[in-house]
Amino acid sequence: MIRGALDLRTKGVLLVLIALAVFVPAANLYAEQGSSLHLPSFAVALFGKYLCYALLALSVDLIWGYCGILSLGHGAFFALGGYAMGMHLMREIGPRGVYGDPVLPDFMVFLNWQELPWFWYGFDQFWFACLMVLLVPGTLAFIFGWFAFRSRVTGVYLSIITQAMTYALLLAFFRNDMGFGGNNGLTDFKDVLGFDLRSDNTRAGLFVASALSLAVGYLICRIVVTSRAGKVLVSVRDAESRARFLGYRVEGYKLFVFVLSAMLAGVAGALYVPQVGIINPGEFSPAKSIEIVIWVAVGGRGLLLGAVIGAILVNVAKTLLTGLIAEDWIFVLGAMFVCVTLFLPRGVLGGLDLLGRKVSKAPAIPTGAKPQAAE
Amino acid sequence: MLLRLLTVLFFAVCLPAYAAAQSLEELIIELPEGKYDDRAKVIEAIGATGDARALGVLEALGAGALMQVKKTDAVVRVEKDGKNFNTFDPLTGDAIETLKKRALRKIKINNKLRRVIAATVGSMTLMSPDPERRMEAAEQALKTGDPEQISALDAAIAAEQDDDVKEAFLDARAAAVMNADLPVAEKIAAIERLNRRADDQVLSILTAAANGDNAEVAVAATEALEAAENERMFWGFGQNVWYGLSLGSVLMLAAIGLAISFGVMGVINMAHGELVMLGAYTTFAVQEVIRASAPEMFGWSLVIAAPLAFLVSGSVGVGIERGICRYLYGRPLETLLATWGVSLILQQAVRRIFGPTNKEVGNPDWMSGAFELGQLTITYNRLWILLFALIVFALLLMVLKQTPMGLQMRAVTQNRRMAEAMGIRSGWVDSMTFGLGAGVAGLAGVALSQIDNVSPNLGQSYIVDSFMVVVFGGVGNLWGALAGAFSLGIVNKFLEPYAGAVLAKVLVLVFIILFIQRRPRGLFALKGRAVEQ
Repeated sequence: MIRGALDLRTKGVLLVLIALAVFVPAANLYAEQGSSLHLPSFAVALFGKYLCYALLALSVDLIWGYCGILSLGHGAFFALGGYAMGMHLMREIGPRGVYGDPVLPDFMVFLNWQELPWFWYGFDQFWFACLMVLLVPGTLAFIFGWFAFRSRVTGVYLSIITQAMTYALLLAFFRNDMGFGGNNGLTDFKDVLGFDLRSDNTRAGLFVASALSLAVGYLICRIVVTSRAGKVLVSVRDAESRARFLGYRVEGYKLFVFVLSAMLAGVAGALYVPQVGIINPGEFSPAKSIEIVIWVAVGGRGLLLGAVIGAILVNVAKTLLTGLIAEDWIFVLGAMFVCVTLFLPRGVLGGLDLLGRKVSKAPAIPTGAKPQAAE
Repeated sequence: MLLRLLTVLFFAVCLPAYAAAQSLEELIIELPEGKYDDRAKVIEAIGATGDARALGVLEALGAGALMQVKKTDAVVRVEKDGKNFNTFDPLTGDAIETLKKRALRKIKINNKLRRVIAATVGSMTLMSPDPERRMEAAEQALKTGDPEQISALDAAIAAEQDDDVKEAFLDARAAAVMNADLPVAEKIAAIERLNRRADDQVLSILTAAANGDNAEVAVAATEALEAAENERMFWGFGQNVWYGLSLGSVLMLAAIGLAISFGVMGVINMAHGELVMLGAYTTFAVQEVIRASAPEMFGWSLVIAAPLAFLVSGSVGVGIERGICRYLYGRPLETLLATWGVSLILQQAVRRIFGPTNKEVGNPDWMSGAFELGQLTITYNRLWILLFALIVFALLLMVLKQTPMGLQMRAVTQNRRMAEAMGIRSGWVDSMTFGLGAGVAGLAGVALSQIDNVSPNLGQSYIVDSFMVVVFGGVGNLWGALAGAFSLGIVNKFLEPYAGAVLAKVLVLVFIILFIQRRPRGLFALKGRAVEQ
């Protein structure tokens, strides 16, 4: 199974990620300050953030590019994973918070709460938090997907209700009495597993973790799409009714890949939070979820690597352009949406692929970017 | 003893006569003199002067702000300023000087004097020539429920010509009776009187009586309370229905354009919210122009803004369709993304041109104010918006059912291929439909500008709700949007008192997600094989 997944491109991606995992921290920790090889610490955290976004984009590509499920609410799973990790980090603060309470986080003391709500129990253990990072988004995806796919909600309707899901979560988490920090979110983290979050070593460690997680996630996705299940997924994407009539349990396949994707997004969120230092309900906003989709579209969907490249490209552009033109970055983002869908339906990587194949006259890989035959 | 009696008699006889002839200034000087009883008489005399300034003096006295300067024996009104007191003339209000506490002597009053002051103040205003002041006095008397006021109230009732004020006086008298030491029958009559107005004042009086000593009175009061509670619930229900209808009309206006374009073309236009926002900003621009050049036309601003907003949003809509959606035919998910990009661009453009802050859009006169219907308060602006929404709906229905273009739109919605085979230019119909939907969004923006903040984020706050209406109501026909919008509005408003606004919204969203399981295509779904595409 793994051998089938390890084609040339995948090997290349894994190698690059491992190389990054080695050289980026080295450039930060061991290179001389001021030399051209030195990477400032904020850059390490920034690149780690990009890698988390790449993992998130990968999760969306898995269900959109390979199964045709356009989820406009994947930010919810990302944020839930982030909150799970955030809750653990909050409990790790212990008596070092502003109010000095050994058990209650600052915002609970501020709201005059007397004891820890039941859903915070267990988050003082790292292994529990990690379990929750996988379980919570996975369970939500399972319930949501079970209801949605069973009723054969597809296409635009599905996208709209994923929007509704993330919007509802946004509203819920904004409330101060939900017990998740309200509109301020969770922040002011001190350390994780005993390592101080502000130290360069920890940042490097988190970067390595992000790179490795991306590598593992990529490998998992490759295994899924090259397996027999992956072929069924593609057939569901291209002609759902036909796949159903041929006897495949379409709902089951969709549910499986939806839950897997949610878990990947949750892991991305969990790695994102210690590197950024805060998680707030804004991550649930519908706009953020839609942005993820554009990362995948820019890079090229249905190609896995396209999602990774797209996420990194768009976010690098965002970092650079917001520095230059601030608010007007939104024009660029909007234009990106319009232009990519109109002119680059296969995204950057897909376009390059197509070019390469035109040159070599090989047939193109169908990626679902062009409308297929009727069902 | 006899001498004391004579002195008192002397004062009792002379003072009223003396007071009638005395001016307010002279009476004020007498205030610090004598004992509390004497002071009471002076207060009553001040009230009897009929001088308008007496009211201020008595109120200051009651508040403990009237003092006497030790050196000059003059009576002044004071205001505390840190450790010193600023003194003012009690009649004219002119500032005099700032003195230390030691330089002033308080004009003491006790509780009995406070009642006398309150009664005198009350009776002064009870007999005021201005009916509004009399009304205020009646409300005040109702609040205090002072039994001492009964005689004053009786006099006022006898002399009253105005019916509304008379009713208020009778209510106040009933409140006073409840606190007085009067026979049970009178109290029960008072309860019945009070029961006719079921507001908070009365409820507290009745609750006190229900818990009181006298059994008969308590029973009568409890019954009155129950009746009042039932009435409250009825009107509360009515209020929720009204709010629900109002919210529903807003949702319908915002969503109906979306329903039309989605129904015909199968694309969700994510820029719909921004088209609404453009309509709102058009209204703002029109009002700015009117304010600058022809302020007396302000009442017409909305009438001018509406067709303009329709055109502006409509043309932007047609532009989106011709420029983008046409090339993405058959790919609804890509269209969704592309229109999202357009929405971002529109938002940022408006932010650049008009600035990110809220813009002020004023209500014309005929839309301001409210009226009462029982215990309901109905504001005119929401009423007009409800009417406007229904008119727009009726117009759209007419366009769809009675015009050739409407016929073509319906044909393309039901079966595009067949319609094309019949000679209908579906591409052109698409553009016109999109334009129509966008135009209606513009009209919605005009309406929304009256009740909501106009900012670049206006669209975002309505887009999710519009989606919900479309998804819930189905895209088969306009009635779906109507039913969807109004039911969602009413459900939302009924949940609010129990769950709070945010949680109510969350519950509605969850409800819709679950509803979609049962009816994936909404309430009023189109049926037929061709629809599956």
